[in-house]
Amino acid sequence: MGITFRKETFRDDFTFRNSPEHIRRFPFPFHEDSYMYAVNIEPHVVGPKGSVLENLIDVDEHYVAEMQDRALVLAEDPLRCQSLPHMTLAGWDLLELLMEQQALGYPEHFTLTRDGDRWRWINRPLGIDDTFTFGDTSTLPYGPMEYITRQSQGDFCILDQRDGNLWMDAGMVTTQADWSLDFDIGMNFFEWHAPVPLAHEKGIFIRALKFLTNIQQGKPARRLNWTMTINPRLDTSPENYHKWGPDRTTVTPENVGDKVHLRVELQSFWRLPRSNGIVFPIRCYLIKMDELVTQPKWARRLHRVIRDLPEELATYKGLTRYRPTLVEWLLKLDDGSPTSPGFGPDSVF
Amino acid sequence: MAAKSIISRPVYGTLSPQAGKHHLFVADAEGALAIIGMAKNAPAGFFDGAEIVFIPGPDGKHVGSLEALKPAQFHLAPSFASLLPRLKQTLTNAHMGLRLYLSGTEGLIGQAMQVALEAGIDHTSMQTEHRGSLARRMQCVHCKGITENVTTQPATCAHCGLLLLVRDHYSRRLAAFQGVCINAEDRSEIPPMEEIFR
Repeated sequence: MGITFRKETFRDDFTFRNSPEHIRRFPFPFHEDSYMYAVNIEPHVVGPKGSVLENLIDVDEHYVAEMQDRALVLAEDPLRCQSLPHMTLAGWDLLELLMEQQALGYPEHFTLTRDGDRWRWINRPLGIDDTFTFGDTSTLPYGPMEYITRQSQGDFCILDQRDGNLWMDAGMVTTQADWSLDFDIGMNFFEWHAPVPLAHEKGIFIRALKFLTNIQQGKPARRLNWTMTINPRLDTSPENYHKWGPDRTTVTPENVGDKVHLRVELQSFWRLPRSNGIVFPIRCYLIKMDELVTQPKWARRLHRVIRDLPEELATYKGLTRYRPTLVEWLLKLDDGSPTSPGFGPDSVF
Repeated sequence: MAAKSIISRPVYGTLSPQAGKHHLFVADAEGALAIIGMAKNAPAGFFDGAEIVFIPGPDGKHVGSLEALKPAQFHLAPSFASLLPRLKQTLTNAHMGLRLYLSGTEGLIGQAMQVALEAGIDHTSMQTEHRGSLARRMQCVHCKGITENVTTQPATCAHCGLLLLVRDHYSRRLAAFQGVCINAEDRSEIPPMEEIFR
């Protein structure tokens, strides 16, 4: 039995919803009732059945709709997908990784057949059946990175490793939380994180870089990051900030549950075998407040986290304008009782 | 000197003579003073293997002082755009052992560095010294247009007209600071425009 892919939109009429099963599997990012930056990196190993970690590359009910939204973004702005000239080999590495992982986790939807360098890739949800020569870009309709990331949920950054640093030298970035690949491409790890407040002073990026440059092949790592988005909009790019920014002024006590979304990024880090690069998938999960608060523990905890969030972080995450309205709405769902440790909802898998 | 702020914001040093066979200087306006200052510490014969390319400021100053250093080649350019084809060829044909020295406004240093990066020279090997105006080159993140010589905060994009916050976030590849719409959420909010990058 395969996934039933939803027909839905992430723009205009915003018909995106999570099914009850997808609400329970949502990667809630707070393991306690408060939040501060940490180097929260752990091995990216398979997790419980039914969770977003059941497969290391997760495909879910939003797959087809997300790929359609990506195609719309790229048609409007091709600069969201860029690869510096030395990154083509890493693009092939990524193509192999994503085809292997998707075929492994979801054989009913994806099939990869290899005969030497002749590969056949069948993607049933998107109606694709292509045969190509691995390593020969002329046999694909796009470069290898663009080809496979038009068929994979989440943003992807490919980092080149040299001079003891990681360089953002290629990427497919259409579902980002307000950062620009076009601006940041070519930057090193510290440079592209430069605008993040507080974390530099805490030495977070120095430790994170040390960890990442030592990632070994076959031993990926992961972390969660989060922000909030008004309306289930995947494309919250700085490029289009003047188009989606006004959404933040539309939150009222009546529409919080429908409009305000927790946006969680499952970031993973994989060593690529041929190029020695690192690929950094940033998988975005959205959940509206009405859906999230069906899990009472999450409602209580989110109230406490948002209420107590340091002002710099609230500003950086763009919550300032609607935070009071959101906190007041969540307060009604927080009876003050304790929350159990860990990320999971009350009803665990 | 510009104040240090965030990590992507360029930090400039003071020109000093490097070991090398050839020395290429690119400077504008008061950037000439950085070269003249450095020359005091340069070994004898240093400028015999040097090329100085200079874009004078509106006051036309410093041309004579640079010529007095007797570089092997001296070229005056009226603007960076006019200099670009020559600079590209020089860097394309350059051999190992060429040292690059950039001095003057941030816009000049950034754009010359951009050409050198494209020619495969590592940015950390370039000598830079900031002199003169703090005016910024800014890329509008929305329409991608570059606005030159931005002196105000916020600043109007010369291409799409949006009112932009000029961030300290800087791209060497684009040789530009990032401009992001300052009143995207509510266009009726118009913050006062102050001249801060002089």
